[in-house]
Amino acid sequence: MKTINLETQTVRDLNQALHDQSTKCTEREWEVLEPKGQHNIACGLDQNLAVDIKGHAGYFCAGMNKKAHITVHGNAGQGVAENMMSGTVRVKGDASQAAGATAHGGLLVVEGNAAARCGISMKGVDIVVKGDVGHMSCFMGQAGNLVVCGDAGDALGDSLYEVKIYVKGSVKSLGADCIEKEMRDEHIHELTELLNRAGVDEDPASFKRYGSARELYNFKIDNASAY
Amino acid sequence: MSDDINVRDGLRESATFDRTTMAEIRRAADTGIYDIRGFGAKRKLPHFDDLLFLGASMSRYPLEGYREKCNTSVTLGTRFAKKPIELDIPVTIAGMSFGALSANAKEALGRGASLMGTSTTTGDGGMTPEERGQSSKLVYQYLPSRYGMNPDDLRKADAIEVVLGQGAKPGGGGMLLGQKITDRVAQMRTLPMGVDQRSACRHPDWTGPDDLAIKIQELREITDWQVPIYIKVGATRTYYDVKLAVKAGADVIVVDGMQGGTAATQDVFIEHVGIPTLAAIPQAVQALQEMGMHRKVQLIVSGGIRNGADVAKCMALGADAVAIGTAALVALGCNHPMYDKEFKEIGSAAGFYDDYHEGKDPAGISTQDPELMKRLDPAEGGRKLANYLNVLTLEAQTLARACGKSDLRNLEPEDMVALTVESAAMAGVPLAGTSWIPGRAF
Repeated sequence: MKTINLETQTVRDLNQALHDQSTKCTEREWEVLEPKGQHNIACGLDQNLAVDIKGHAGYFCAGMNKKAHITVHGNAGQGVAENMMSGTVRVKGDASQAAGATAHGGLLVVEGNAAARCGISMKGVDIVVKGDVGHMSCFMGQAGNLVVCGDAGDALGDSLYEVKIYVKGSVKSLGADCIEKEMRDEHIHELTELLNRAGVDEDPASFKRYGSARELYNFKIDNASAY
Repeated sequence: MSDDINVRDGLRESATFDRTTMAEIRRAADTGIYDIRGFGAKRKLPHFDDLLFLGASMSRYPLEGYREKCNTSVTLGTRFAKKPIELDIPVTIAGMSFGALSANAKEALGRGASLMGTSTTTGDGGMTPEERGQSSKLVYQYLPSRYGMNPDDLRKADAIEVVLGQGAKPGGGGMLLGQKITDRVAQMRTLPMGVDQRSACRHPDWTGPDDLAIKIQELREITDWQVPIYIKVGATRTYYDVKLAVKAGADVIVVDGMQGGTAATQDVFIEHVGIPTLAAIPQAVQALQEMGMHRKVQLIVSGGIRNGADVAKCMALGADAVAIGTAALVALGCNHPMYDKEFKEIGSAAGFYDDYHEGKDPAGISTQDPELMKRLDPAEGGRKLANYLNVLTLEAQTLARACGKSDLRNLEPEDMVALTVESAAMAGVPLAGTSWIPGRAF
C-alpha cells in the first residue's frame, strides 16, 4: 500500500501520482492521511485503484472518478463524486450539497446524511444514502437511481427525467412533475440489488418509489404555472 | 422618396407600435406563448460601426500594406497552463452545440478553423468525434447542464471554457426543443428522444466565485494543469465579473455581448438583457488593467463581429482575440438567398430566418434532419469559413498597418474616434473631431 500524507505533500502531488497509475499501474492500494478538508482530493482517477482517505475531504473529492474505489473515512464537502463515470465512492460520514451531481455511472454511497441537491442532474449513477437527503435532491435527474433510507427534504425530484427514486422515510414535498409510483416486483428486485451493492441492510418492501409524471417533457403553455 | 407606398400616400406608421410590434402582439394573442427564436439581438445598438480609425498621417507613421509584416498570432492561456494555445489569427469560433447544429456544420467549423490555425469550440451536448477529428485546436465547454461531459473528452481538449453565461441570455438557461433531439443527440445528452432538453442557467455543484475557484482547481487537477481554462460570461456587470473571474483563477476570459447569437431563447430575453459588446470591452479591459492582469489573462470578445474592422476595433479596445458564431454560420450558408423559396415555405425568408430551434433550416446547418443536413458539405463549408476568416484577418491587418501597427495587438483606443456621443461614452474614445470623451474630464 502506498501512503501519501497531505501534511507533507500537496493535493497536486497526490493526484499526479494517482493519475500516473492510469498509464502504468504499479500500486493499486492507496492511503491518504491528514486530508483535513482539502479540496479536489483524488479527482480525475482513471484506474482500478482503491483509495482510502483517512479523514474529512473538501469540495469535489473523487470528482469525475472512473474505475477507482474511493472511501472517505469522514465527511465530504460539496460535489463529492461529481460527474463520476464508474467505480465506487463511499462516504463514511455526511456529504455536503450536490453529492453525485451530474454523475454518469458507478455507485455513490453516503453512510450519513446528504445535504441539498443530492444527485442534481444525475445521468446514470446509482446513489444510496443511509440517512436523509436535503431539499431539491435529484433536481433535473436524467438517469440512474437514488435510494434514500431516511427522509427527503422539500421538492424531491423536481423537473425529473428518468431517474428512479426510492425513499424509505418521509418526503417533505415533491417537486414539479415528480409523483409517487407503483412499487412493482421489478423495482423490489432492483432496489434489493442496489442495497446489496451498497452494503445497506434495509427491507426493500418498506420503500416507496417516485419518478417523473412526464407531463413537463415538452413545453406546454398550460403547464406554465408548474415552472 | 420612400419606397413604401403607404408612406407616399401620407399614411404614418407609429414608431412605438410599428408593424413588427403589432405583429408580435397578434402572435402573442393567437398563441399565448412568448416567441422563442435563435440569432442575437436584432434591435439597433451602439456598435463597432460607430467607431472609426484614425489612419496615420503627420503624427503617425504607417506601415506598407503589401510589404511590412503585421503579426496576427496570439497565445492564450499563459497564466497557469503548461500548454497555452497558440493561434495564428486572433479570430476563434465560438461555442455552438452539436444538437443545435448538425454534425456536418460542427465538422465544417472545425475544418475551417483548422485551415486558418485557430480554435473552435464545442457547446452544450459534448464533443463529437467529427469535431475533435477536424479541429486542430478545440476548446471544450464546461456548461451547467454537463450534457456529454466526461473526463476523457476533457483531457482531449486543448482548452476548457467554463460557461457562466452567454451574451444573448445572461442569467438564462437554454432549451433544445424535442424535434431536434434525435437518437444520437439524446444518447449524448442521456435523455429520452423527443423531449425538450432544458439546459440549466447555473452550475449544479457550485455557486459564487469562491466555489468557482475550487471548481477551476478541480478541472486543472483532472487535466494535470496542462490546458488553459477560460471563463465565459455574458456581458452585464462586466467590470465586476471580469475581476471575479481573474480572482477565481481564469487563464482567459471570454466576454459575450448581447449581439451574440443563440440557438433558442425567448425574444424578450435576447432583446432586453445584457449590454452591447462595444460597452462591455472597456469595462473588461479596465478591470484587467486595475488588477495588473491585462495581457496576462487574455481577453476574448464576441457578439456581433462581422468583418475585419470589427476585429480590429475589438483589439484596439484591448481584446486579445475575438470569437465569431453567427458570422461563421453565415459563411457556411446560413440564411443563404438560394434557399429563399424554402425559407418562405416555413414562414420566413432568406436573411430573416431565426427559428433555429425548429430544426427545419433549409441550409442544413441548424437541423438534425438527415436530408437537410446533406445540403452542407463539411469540406466545402470548411473552405468557405477559412476564406472568410482569411478576409477578416487581412482586413484587420490593413487597418492596423494604416495606424502604423506591426501587430494587431498594438492597436489602441487612441487610434479611434466615435461617431456618436453614446459610442464615445461606451468605448471611451473621443467624439470625432473633438477631444471629448463623455463622462471624463477634459
